[in-house]
Amino acid sequence: MAYDYTPFPYVAPPGLIGTEPRHAVAIVGAGPIGLAMAIDLAQRGIKSVVLDDNNVVSVGSRAICWSKRTLEIFDRLGIGQRMLEKGVTWKVGRQFYGDNEVYSFDLLPGDGHKYPAFINLQQYYVEEYLVDRAREFPEMIDLRFKNKVIGHRDNGDFVTLEVETPDGVYEIEAGYLIACDGAGSATRERMGLDFKGQTFEEQFLIADIEMEQSPFGDEDVPERWFWFDPPFHTGKSALLHMQPDNIYRIDLQLDADADGKAEAAEDKVIPRIKAIVGDKPFKLDWVSVYKFRCIKLDQMVHNRVIFVGDSAHVVSPFGARGGNGGIQDVDNLAWKLAAVLTGDAPPALIRTYHQERSHGAAENIMNSSRSTNFMTPKTPVEAVFRAEALRLARDQPFAQKLLNSGRLSVPCSLEGMDLQTPGTAQVAPGRAMLDAPLASETGNSWLLNEVQGHFTLVGFGDVLLPDLPSVRRIGINQRADYPCFTAAGGHAIRRYGSAKAYLFRPDGHVCAVFDNPTEQAVLAARERALGAELEEDAA
Amino acid sequence: MSIAPDRLSPDQDDFYNTLIHAHDGLGIEESHALNARLVLLMANRIGDLGVLTDLIKTARRYSDD
Repeated sequence: MAYDYTPFPYVAPPGLIGTEPRHAVAIVGAGPIGLAMAIDLAQRGIKSVVLDDNNVVSVGSRAICWSKRTLEIFDRLGIGQRMLEKGVTWKVGRQFYGDNEVYSFDLLPGDGHKYPAFINLQQYYVEEYLVDRAREFPEMIDLRFKNKVIGHRDNGDFVTLEVETPDGVYEIEAGYLIACDGAGSATRERMGLDFKGQTFEEQFLIADIEMEQSPFGDEDVPERWFWFDPPFHTGKSALLHMQPDNIYRIDLQLDADADGKAEAAEDKVIPRIKAIVGDKPFKLDWVSVYKFRCIKLDQMVHNRVIFVGDSAHVVSPFGARGGNGGIQDVDNLAWKLAAVLTGDAPPALIRTYHQERSHGAAENIMNSSRSTNFMTPKTPVEAVFRAEALRLARDQPFAQKLLNSGRLSVPCSLEGMDLQTPGTAQVAPGRAMLDAPLASETGNSWLLNEVQGHFTLVGFGDVLLPDLPSVRRIGINQRADYPCFTAAGGHAIRRYGSAKAYLFRPDGHVCAVFDNPTEQAVLAARERALGAELEEDAA
Repeated sequence: MSIAPDRLSPDQDDFYNTLIHAHDGLGIEESHALNARLVLLMANRIGDLGVLTDLIKTARRYSDD
């Protein structure tokens, strides 16, 4: 059944009739990134005002593939379970060449994780769930639809925003402006920031179809299917995904010089879909023809204006690195901004958001560009290498690994960066936490639920944790006067080691590891992660 | 050795990217020449006639499929 786009109500903002007190944070854009940002800040006690020019959720399914790491972050923000229940869980990707399957990959072969490798869920559901969640913080999150930011000015220690509503224009002030206004960011445009990069000439047709039977064959197969040179779309590539509500996503590569508008017309699209699904009845739900670019801003932090998500970086869709990359931005920035606003950290900490996430964006751009290049050979010699890789992939394992239809989003590692204390462990400082099931007499839990949200020191096995009033402590396979759990199935010990302490940051990344965690060493690592060793910002 | 174990991963994408970019700006004849030089250099690096003969036969086998 097609989604019901109920508009969110517009309420005349107080700024139209009087001066509003200065807001701590103004978030521009109520897409998944802006809403997640507001919720993360609210959970940390920071108020924000969210301004969006529109009043409905995303039209069209748009971002549909949500990675394990993203689901873990959404779990912390309170909508992970709801997404999991509604979404289509998958972990296997199959690649076909012509009629034949050449290689399949399993993104999460092991068990002992709360969340699967991926779910598919339309962006409009994610936005709906985020709006519902945001409304659970009426005192903290001021959601304003039909409030279009048309100007802003950075005054050094606060930002003035000019906002247009159906009832007129008003101004507000905010300590920080978080630009979550997407790939076409008006905030970025106003600042004249350079946003150039690789543009791919090929066009892609994206179509959501609703059908009772499954285009995967006799039964529903929750997998990612990708074709190089499929029989139904000769010489090009195709991608098929399953979504909830009997909706299927089909991506078809078009010619570089195709007429995008004509290709999006029903009389052109329907025969292309029929070539795939045959005579099974279907209904077109959403169609779009697009080209894409791979670009990032040189700097994501401009004094009091901070870019998050697509406003800061855009990638090709193959690899599910757009939305998932943006959610990791939120995860990285929210605790830092909250720590600065509450005085727990110096303002310089915000600079490390750029250091850490610009690196993540570069990794996402590199991987998605390579996938796109492999899918769309530009020169005859590139086409020959790809054709021969596909030929060898029939039986040569190395050639199967060369096939690149998308290297799917994995959490970015922050190893070697300023906030991490160097050290050696199975999960090295900088890496995102690995989940594991935990058991105790009072109930079962998951490591991610015990670790995320606060600085947490976890002792795995035979290691004694010091008494630390300011750091939460957890013991795994220990008996102590702090909360202790058993490593269910042995997963936690297998993943982290049997005599090691790990200090996790509030975003679940490891920031230090210890064989002998003294109070002094742990506190020093926590201070470092909060920016104590950074040079102060120039005034 | 008709089926060889994978020795490129996890660096396969780095390798492929470097290989493709080596051809930037070359015409098709120049690309053929580059590929030929590359085969000869790799052969010298492998340096084992038995292995090379096997690789040549394996590569040729796919032409006759």
